[in-house]
Amino acid sequence: MKYGVDEQGYYGDFGGAYIPEMLYPNIEELRQQYLEITTDASFTDEFNQLMRDYVGRPSPLYFAKRTSELYGANIYFKREDLNHTGSHKINNAIGQILLAQRLGKKRVIAETGAGQHGVATATVCALKNIECVVYMGEVDIERQAPNVARMKMLGATVIPATSGSKTLKDATNEAMRDWINNPEDTHYIIGSVVGPYPYPEMVARFQSIISAETRKQLFEQTGNELPDYALACVGGGSNAMGMFYHFLDEESVKLVAVEAAGKGIDSGESAATTFLGREGVLHGSRTILMQTNDGQVVEPYSISAGLDYPGIGPQHAHLYKIKRAEYVSITDDEAMEAGLECSRLEGIIPAIETAHALAHLKKMNFKGNETVVICLSGRGDKDLTTYINHFGF
Amino acid sequence: MNRLNQLFSTKRENLLSIYYTAGFPELDSTVAIAAALEKAGADFLEIGFPYSDPLADGPTIQHSSQTALENGMNLNLLFEQLKSLRAQVSIPVLLMGYFNPVVQYGIENFCKKAVEVGIDGVIIPDLPMYEYESLYKQYFLEHNLSNIFLVTPITSEERIRKIDDLSQSFIYLLSSSSITGKNLEVSDTVELYFERIKKMELKNPTVIGFGISGNAAFAKACKYANAAIVGSAFVKMLTIEKDYIDKIPAFIKQLKNQTIAA
Ligand SMILES: Cc1ncc(COP(=O)(O)O)c(C=O)c1O
Repeated sequence: MKYGVDEQGYYGDFGGAYIPEMLYPNIEELRQQYLEITTDASFTDEFNQLMRDYVGRPSPLYFAKRTSELYGANIYFKREDLNHTGSHKINNAIGQILLAQRLGKKRVIAETGAGQHGVATATVCALKNIECVVYMGEVDIERQAPNVARMKMLGATVIPATSGSKTLKDATNEAMRDWINNPEDTHYIIGSVVGPYPYPEMVARFQSIISAETRKQLFEQTGNELPDYALACVGGGSNAMGMFYHFLDEESVKLVAVEAAGKGIDSGESAATTFLGREGVLHGSRTILMQTNDGQVVEPYSISAGLDYPGIGPQHAHLYKIKRAEYVSITDDEAMEAGLECSRLEGIIPAIETAHALAHLKKMNFKGNETVVICLSGRGDKDLTTYINHFGF
Repeated sequence: MNRLNQLFSTKRENLLSIYYTAGFPELDSTVAIAAALEKAGADFLEIGFPYSDPLADGPTIQHSSQTALENGMNLNLLFEQLKSLRAQVSIPVLLMGYFNPVVQYGIENFCKKAVEVGIDGVIIPDLPMYEYESLYKQYFLEHNLSNIFLVTPITSEERIRKIDDLSQSFIYLLSSSSITGKNLEVSDTVELYFERIKKMELKNPTVIGFGISGNAAFAKACKYANAAIVGSAFVKMLTIEKDYIDKIPAFIKQLKNQTIAA
């Protein structure tokens, strides 16, 4: 694949495995084994069966009629919000728990921002009876309380990350420290296409089911498997990479990734990585990250916990640099309005993360009969308090 | 020959190295602490340059890094401070820190600057062997700056041999696979690991670090390696004591005494 990873784990200038020696055996074990394990028939059979019977896949591709009329395009929602646990995060969690099981791991750790990945991980750990520890920033624990309760209900231990900005980046640091301390019995289920190789590639493959299904469903519904645009929000970038994956080599498909601008790109409170970041190393890969001139990671801000991350996955950095995908940004207020609009037009309350992708529709200039697929990455139940406070319902 | 090679060629036992964070507890304490450590009997030093996200560090060094950053420490300023290092300090000095600040400073520029101010080696935990060898080695060699690799209890023998080939001054053995700041429990498995490494008869001297907090652990480590490094325990002292410079001689003395007695 032209836009894929090379043998050393690089996407052009980005990727690699910038990890301390303590993690080398874990990463090497994954690098050696993940392809063999995940392509084995016993793995794919169980993965497919769980995706169908447990997650509820294929998720529908829904023609959003009123939204289409409003924007003058054919707009389709890929309904990842209808998955079990309410977002795309479960796709990766299922894949990785099957891998952890086959690697003989007895304990699973994860980081989470919005709590969706934490819930997905807690869920698959319950399913497989594996001990689960989730690191979550103290700030996020407060703004995503329903998901914290869900994780506890599912039997996971939630440990607050109290360093730095107390959000997703710090939860990721704590999870990595835990892994360094427990290298032998523990598998780290990273929740996005970030981290040292092979994580970005592995997570992208598990999420690629999104675009594989979309192509097929779009063909069934329209007779054409290629849209003009594929659109998704980007925190670390896993739902976007899942939505882009099977369109990467189709140059006619325009790929659009939506970052969180927070209170505005120049406000000092933003998470728009490609606008504000530079090349460097974050959480084990060479990528684009928000940082000071001195190379200190900047604490990002977004109203949506799942997009509140100072980096993007290395493959996104590559797609950005070579301009295969377009990276845009949406502010808190624009996202909240779009969340409300989608609720009123389609009867679907989206996650605030997802609302960032929806908000970009307003800024696109459609010519005639163009087709857009949007990854509806998650449902908004977890965000009701934030919506209510914002709109004063 | 750089100062590290010189040190290890003249003295091969019970060497003590101390780690501390530049710009902590006070912005301009960096060189004063180095001078006091040499005077008190430390054999070589590691000066940490702070990073916002120190993945391999426990709470003590996380805290010192964060404070140093709040104090205004950065690589530019550190190199400025270190201009006076060699007027006051003659023992080997290494820099230790994470890769991103180095990337932003410019890797080649970093190597050049470090050697200019009298730095002998660097330890960058998140710059692994493959990326070092394939992308960055040339800059280190060009400036004769020693890059130190880490070995853990689960590093394979084959990889240790490769590290031995790539190393120019010493190999850093982690007492356990863990972040900094945990106390070393010298269990049978740890001793087996140290024993195993010793039997490999590596070309490079070995130095044990992470988890060495008191004189018993120091003495134990020196049974198996040429030197041991004390980090978090020293940083903790700097955190607690107002007159930290005055406390340095006693700190070093109690670490070293035991080895003589043992
Ligand atoms: C619903 C939803 N969408 C998107 C994201 C962002 O993650 P990613 O960029 O990896 O898809 C999250 C993260 O928590 C999420 O919960």
